[in-house]
Amino acid sequence: MFAIDRVFTGSKPFKQSVLWIIEEVCGLSKVKSIEEAMEFIEDGMTVMLPGFLGVGTPKALIDAICERKIGNLTVIYNDGAFPGVGIGKLIRYGLVRKLISTHTGTNPELVKAIADGEIEMEMLPQGTLVERIRAAGAGLGGFLTPTGVGTKVEEGKTVMELDGRRYLLELPLRADIALLYAHKGDTAGNLVYRRAARNFNPIMATAADFVIAEVENLVDVGEIDPDHVMTPGIFVDIIVKGV
Amino acid sequence: MMALPSSPKELIAWRVAKELHYGEIVNLGIGTPTLVANYLTPEMNITFQSENGFIGMGALAKPGEEIPDLVNAGGQYVTLLPGAVFFDTAMSFTIIRGGHVDVTVLGALEVDERGHLANYWIPGRGGPGIGGGMDLVVGTKRVIVAMEHTRKDGQPKIVPRCSMPITAQRMVDLIVTDLAVIRPTPEGLVLREVAPGVAVDEVVAKTSARLIVPDDVGEMVA
Repeated sequence: MFAIDRVFTGSKPFKQSVLWIIEEVCGLSKVKSIEEAMEFIEDGMTVMLPGFLGVGTPKALIDAICERKIGNLTVIYNDGAFPGVGIGKLIRYGLVRKLISTHTGTNPELVKAIADGEIEMEMLPQGTLVERIRAAGAGLGGFLTPTGVGTKVEEGKTVMELDGRRYLLELPLRADIALLYAHKGDTAGNLVYRRAARNFNPIMATAADFVIAEVENLVDVGEIDPDHVMTPGIFVDIIVKGV
Repeated sequence: MMALPSSPKELIAWRVAKELHYGEIVNLGIGTPTLVANYLTPEMNITFQSENGFIGMGALAKPGEEIPDLVNAGGQYVTLLPGAVFFDTAMSFTIIRGGHVDVTVLGALEVDERGHLANYWIPGRGGPGIGGGMDLVVGTKRVIVAMEHTRKDGQPKIVPRCSMPITAQRMVDLIVTDLAVIRPTPEGLVLREVAPGVAVDEVVAKTSARLIVPDDVGEMVA
């Protein structure tokens, strides 16, 4: 798009209309409505949701899933958030069948659902969770971590000893879909996160078959300094404006 | 001599603060460990790492002055100090597991004679969960357990062998409670200090693990 900047040196509205035509004709714009985005989410999918205690988690997309009662989901999320907040809303609506996560303590509704057998929980260390996702996105077959050696996390895993130190072999973790949340995004899907809301977002962007980003502020392509982009738009399939 | 904090949690936090050195990078767990920050001076130049993705964390935000998306690992709104940096979770655990954090201070449900701690799961009852704890205990240069000496019902938390699933095979570096400072060693748990007004016998009685009591047990002093 910077080449276009050099070609069209005219007024800003003129450049914007040219960009709009190019994006529409060539299909460069990834902007869709929430309704259109929902067509890509189905019952029974494995869904990656970024966030840490609800910070950095998409809001409009979760609301839309709850409205449509898309359920039986396997959700990959750091923690249990809080009751009714973020992923806590999916839990309250009974839409989560299995949770792959690191922590439940902040959400009594989740703890109860696990105890009642309504949600199956796979718990793993946070550094291992994020690195399994990173490995999937980076095309790696797995990695060796000292975290979890000699604990319950080791159960069922291959233990390898290298240079006198023991490691667990951890395998990549992928999803059908990742739902991201960014402070700012352009029409090509380039994303900028804000403060502690970044957390799992850039990593999950790389490890799902289909990626939808909800953005608080939607801007034209070229408006984000290339040095400031945190997730390149090539990872993002659809971008929706948050509410 | 300055007066020591009177509440058990504040006393623990105050004593842990004395273990931190100029310029160190520190991760504080949720609960009592968070209070440690209140006993550090700016001159100590301590940098806090928050595992949800930043270093350079300041004090808790005042009510009405919360900044969106700026919370600590306990979900509380916090402030930033000049030079603060945000990063993603993979970078956060590169910092943690990669040995770039100097000290982690965390609570525990149990600690045993091997210096192993259990802090995430109570069999039959559940628990908070692993979170970043396993990576922090495995990767940090020094691990300090900050906890009350006994459970609410008076049962010992420092036990011969953890009955709950352990967090890591690592021997922690120091245990600071409201009654004592205990250093795990390959030979066992060594009593180093008692809290003001606490007798060595009381510490021994409230500890089910075997304690090595040297002749030179000190007292926590300001």
